[in-house]
Amino acid sequence: MPALTLNNLHKNFGKARVIHGLNLTVEKGERHAIIGPNGAGKSTLFNLISGLYPVSTGDITMNGRTISNLDSHLIHRLGLSRSFQVTNIFMGMSVFENIRCALLWPAGLGYSFWHLCGRLKGVNAKAEAIIETINMMERRDVLADVLSYSEQRTLELGVTIASNPDIILLDEPTAGMSHSETEQAVALIRKVTEGKTLLIVEHDMSVVFDLADRISVLVYGNIIATDSPEKIRNNPAVQAAYLGSSIKTTTC
Amino acid sequence: MSSSIQNPGPSKIPCYGIWCVFALTIMLLPFFFTSRFSISLFSQIGISCVFALSYNMLLGQGGMLSFGHAVFMGLGGFIAVHALNLISENTLPVPLELLPLIGGLGGAFFGSIFGYLCCRREGTPFALITLGIVELFASGALMFPSFFGGEEGVSGNRMIKNTLTGFDFGSEIEVYFLIGSWTFLCVLCMYLQTQTPLGRLANAVRDNPIRASFIGYNPSHVRFLQFVLSGFFAGTAGGLFIIRYEIIAYDALGLVPSGNVLFMTYIGGVGHFMGPILGAILISILQLVLIHYTEAWQLYFGLLFMAMVLWAPGGLSWLLIVHQPVWKAGLMSKLLPSYLQALATGLIFFLGLIIFIEINYHLSLSIEPGAPLELFGLVMDGHSVVPWSTAISCLILGLWLFRHSVKMVAAQWDAVMVIITKKTLER
Repeated sequence: MPALTLNNLHKNFGKARVIHGLNLTVEKGERHAIIGPNGAGKSTLFNLISGLYPVSTGDITMNGRTISNLDSHLIHRLGLSRSFQVTNIFMGMSVFENIRCALLWPAGLGYSFWHLCGRLKGVNAKAEAIIETINMMERRDVLADVLSYSEQRTLELGVTIASNPDIILLDEPTAGMSHSETEQAVALIRKVTEGKTLLIVEHDMSVVFDLADRISVLVYGNIIATDSPEKIRNNPAVQAAYLGSSIKTTTC
Repeated sequence: MSSSIQNPGPSKIPCYGIWCVFALTIMLLPFFFTSRFSISLFSQIGISCVFALSYNMLLGQGGMLSFGHAVFMGLGGFIAVHALNLISENTLPVPLELLPLIGGLGGAFFGSIFGYLCCRREGTPFALITLGIVELFASGALMFPSFFGGEEGVSGNRMIKNTLTGFDFGSEIEVYFLIGSWTFLCVLCMYLQTQTPLGRLANAVRDNPIRASFIGYNPSHVRFLQFVLSGFFAGTAGGLFIIRYEIIAYDALGLVPSGNVLFMTYIGGVGHFMGPILGAILISILQLVLIHYTEAWQLYFGLLFMAMVLWAPGGLSWLLIVHQPVWKAGLMSKLLPSYLQALATGLIFFLGLIIFIEINYHLSLSIEPGAPLELFGLVMDGHSVVPWSTAISCLILGLWLFRHSVKMVAAQWDAVMVIITKKTLER
């Protein structure tokens, strides 16, 4: 059973048809990249899958279960987590508290107002372990608001994976990073998504071709090709529609 | 200043010491300030602390700007006064000491009803719905005199036989200790709530509701639960109000008390747990003291609120927090001269403002506008040029001097920050 199936998906904003008739299958455990020019509908697609936008028509299934038009928090509880194109963390909280907040629901604490967070030894230890994994131990008690940009992006990745989701959606995780920061980010993504299903939107072709098992090319709200990185690189339709010669210059 | 800003969250309050000091302060205050007025003031401060902290559960913790929080204190108060009357008639077997709990449950009940309506929205729509609720109750209360008592309100008698402690609560001091105990308990519970998953999630939803939903939480549900708990503590404050005053009327549900709690919380500071307590203390004292001296006390409140929003938007607690590193570095002596200068020049401006306001109030609103006005022990004639010219001179001179003083304060502050930064880097 595929991890994610998008069947004849449509999304309209008024008269604007942003996604129309999109079909996509993401297999369990694969790293699947979505590429496409600006305005192709990549972020909209992520927002549809994660429940941020309601679907106009069509179906989205996750591990065989329909999740179209479910609320975001319910989709998250089913095992899908995501990051955003613009950093999306709790800026008024420390690194530790950001991660701990993400662990409260999976720990079964719900909306408890009778447990003291300081005494949740298991949750706190797990939060420490995640901070260690994302190499932010030295910044443990620093407010997220004053972290550097790449640290904030790393923290967002930590928050995204904290609940141990089956499916991870990353929206341009290396956007705005320097070359060395990007390399570190890719290594970290590879490490924390080991054994998980990853769907990633990324503009940096070196990241895409480095990480992805399969690539889908989204142009004007529809997928024009889905294949292995090598075949996508040599696909004339893809080159004509989106990549042109840049694919060879960035990766060969 | 440290090179990286550490999290200044509420957990920074030292665990046990400060609570012992707090309890001791409540216990010892009436032995140092023995007058009836002081004890009455302390009781009022206790009620205001609970009310303001309950409001901060919405505004500070959850980012919910409510214009109708007094509705829950008022409804808690009305339920408590009816309960008190039932206890007096021996119909309800509850000791007087637990009356605030009945008010709290009433506040939580109505909090759950109106929270269900409000909490589906955030930001401006939320604020407007709460405004609608307060208007609904302020105007609708008079239509149900059997419950709200019409214009006279509903009164009760706290001197009943059914008590846990054996006191008859006929004296101010007994009432004070009962209110003080409840204040301590409520403040402790509200502080502990900030340390629970719901308390932390309220912060999370305030900061970023979208991310909150992508860690598995429904932001509306978090807001709702926070609203109900806040209603509970506001209702408890209503119950304490009944024990203190033994009467409540429809105006307790209106915009004025809702505005007052917003003043208290904002002036004290929404960003720190201690903020609303500071605000409640300051506003309660000002309210009870100013009301004896001027009819324009609400105008002064408004000016204070505007000044805080403009120059200290984080409130009194923020002012204390930003001075903490200066204090620790032993550099307060470098700031004090410029502060004193700013204070002196500010007072000149304020003096002019007071004369200006009081003469205007006297001429337009007093019973005898032709009679001379007594201000600061001086007799002033509102029809004479002297007080007007004094007021205008003080205003202009004070403002001019104050602007210069503020520049000096800013320069001194920058110099002190440079020293602190250097010291931190040397370490």
